[in-house]
Amino acid sequence: MPIRRATQVRTTTASAALLILMALVAAACGGKKPPVARPAPPPPLAAPAAAASRPGPPEPLVEPTVVPPEPVKDDAIASASLDDLNRNSPLKPVFFDLDSSELGAEAQAVLNANTAALKRYATWTVTIEGHCDERGTAEYNLALGERRAIAARAYLVSLGIPADRLRTVSYGKEFPFDPGHDEAAWSKNRRAHFVITVK
Amino acid sequence: MAVAVAATLGLVSPGARSQPRQAPAQQPPPQQPSEISTIISGEASAAPRFAVPDFIASSTDAETVALAKTIGQVLWDDLNFERDFALIPRDIYSTIPAAKSFDDVPFDRWRELNADGVIVGTVQKTGTGVRVDVRLFNVRSRQSAFGKEYSGSAANPRLYAHTISDEIHQQQRALRGVARTKLTFASDRDGERMRGTVESRGVKEIYIADYDGENQRRVTTSRSLNITPTWSPDARSIAYTSYQKGAPNIYISNIYQGTRDDLTKDIAQSFLPSWSPDGTRLCFMSTRDGNAELYVVNRDGSNPRRLTNHPGADVSPTWSPSGTQIAFTSDRTGTPQIYLIGADGLGLQKVTSEAYADRPTWSPAPYNEIAFTARTGPGNDIKVIDLATRQLRQLTFGEGTNESPSWSPNGRHLAFMSTRSGKSQVFTMARDGRNLKQVTQGGNNSQPDWSK
Repeated sequence: MPIRRATQVRTTTASAALLILMALVAAACGGKKPPVARPAPPPPLAAPAAAASRPGPPEPLVEPTVVPPEPVKDDAIASASLDDLNRNSPLKPVFFDLDSSELGAEAQAVLNANTAALKRYATWTVTIEGHCDERGTAEYNLALGERRAIAARAYLVSLGIPADRLRTVSYGKEFPFDPGHDEAAWSKNRRAHFVITVK
Repeated sequence: MAVAVAATLGLVSPGARSQPRQAPAQQPPPQQPSEISTIISGEASAAPRFAVPDFIASSTDAETVALAKTIGQVLWDDLNFERDFALIPRDIYSTIPAAKSFDDVPFDRWRELNADGVIVGTVQKTGTGVRVDVRLFNVRSRQSAFGKEYSGSAANPRLYAHTISDEIHQQQRALRGVARTKLTFASDRDGERMRGTVESRGVKEIYIADYDGENQRRVTTSRSLNITPTWSPDARSIAYTSYQKGAPNIYISNIYQGTRDDLTKDIAQSFLPSWSPDGTRLCFMSTRDGNAELYVVNRDGSNPRRLTNHPGADVSPTWSPSGTQIAFTSDRTGTPQIYLIGADGLGLQKVTSEAYADRPTWSPAPYNEIAFTARTGPGNDIKVIDLATRQLRQLTFGEGTNESPSWSPNGRHLAFMSTRSGKSQVFTMARDGRNLKQVTQGGNNSQPDWSK
């Protein structure tokens, strides 16, 4: 940015003093401002060739105030790192009953919202993780977790999300979200959990 | 008569005891007629009473003394584990003068403790390691019933004890002991965290340990989720489920070569390997075709073929000892239950009618039983079903949750996971549920498999 702006200056004024001044200002601004998109400053008016030799007082250069972009949620999401994105994901988990992989009304509502988000961010690839509570056995839970993930995936595909954007993985009961040993914990651990892997 | 010395092996028939025995072919060859033989029996039907004092150190240096003590103590524990001998408690040996060699064993004093047999050993340091010489004496006849010499490294003295124990069980009881067998299991004890996840998730690595919990060693270092390990029949390789590439695949670690084979060739969603008894094939569960089904594949990963085909989930395969059948879990009737199917995919049978049953493990001959995890309340317990009579017995009773049973290779013990002491730990118990022993301590340790 500073380089580009300095180049613009060099091509639009013959005044050496102005050139140096502007380069300095530009370098100072460029070094501090974050590299966000903003309108380029208008090129200084081209001075007549005769005036170029007149060492008048340096014209004060006022850079137009940059108005930061409206903090639009979309842009925040678009620019967030994958980890930030997953920490504050627009894709919400869906929860299941004990031993079940059926999507209830609440789960379907969540998946409808997730579908809308996935249509909005059409480049995203997502892994759907299937998780279980500790009451089932470690071994069978690997199958149950997979079934939960597959159920969520099938629902999204039925609403038009391409299957190749949705991978599944079962973790059985290996990664509980709540380490407790009561229904409050178990109900959080029976879930299909969405992880954005490519944005 | 407290001590009966049989003239031939046939006089004390192992088959006469309540527990079925291994094939007679494994008994030692018949002795020369001139020799007094060798099977030491107890009074009436009682188990022979054995004493195992500390072994005799041939020199007074600390290392040799320590080796002699360790070998004697571990041998006592090993022999006690099978409960085929009544081990006289060690704390009363102090009243008996220690022998200095095989020639001054105080037999009269051992008789006073009603010992039928006494095991005396010597330990001698050599230029390259250690030499261990052991005798089992019949206390009444003062004859040696078993004698053998071993030499090798001094690095693991427990191995001498384990070997002696297995050989004495074999010779005296025609019993295949388990002292040299090992356990493998998954553990989070290292406290490492998964990389690349937003949630804090602990890794699990595959570990091995001696049957008694000693010599615990880490087998995998992938800093990922590694679970459901199973021993190859030759106990030189371990197949397991690993998420190290993100999705679950099955790998085989060749633990004495330090190499690893990719069994499922990165066809993801493969779990729960189980070796055929001859080690040439593995059965596993995969959702590669969209539903949890069982597959059989060659040891080198070639020729994978589907064994089950049902919209229900088919999980947790385990082979029969003959290799002709596979027991597994299926929820095709709604709840997970144990089924059998031929290794050719034919002959489906339902075995259990529990609220919830999983993780079958098929006992070795001469037993014909399947142990499994059953939901019995808020938690799970270990149950066993006899395949001939369909009789059911329960081995644990609601202390914590109890899961993932695995038979010892002689069918007399089970390893399993229990939360009864807090975290998930590996325990062993006898086939009747007694003699409970916790074999892991730190972290969570689960999904044990006992080497063959």
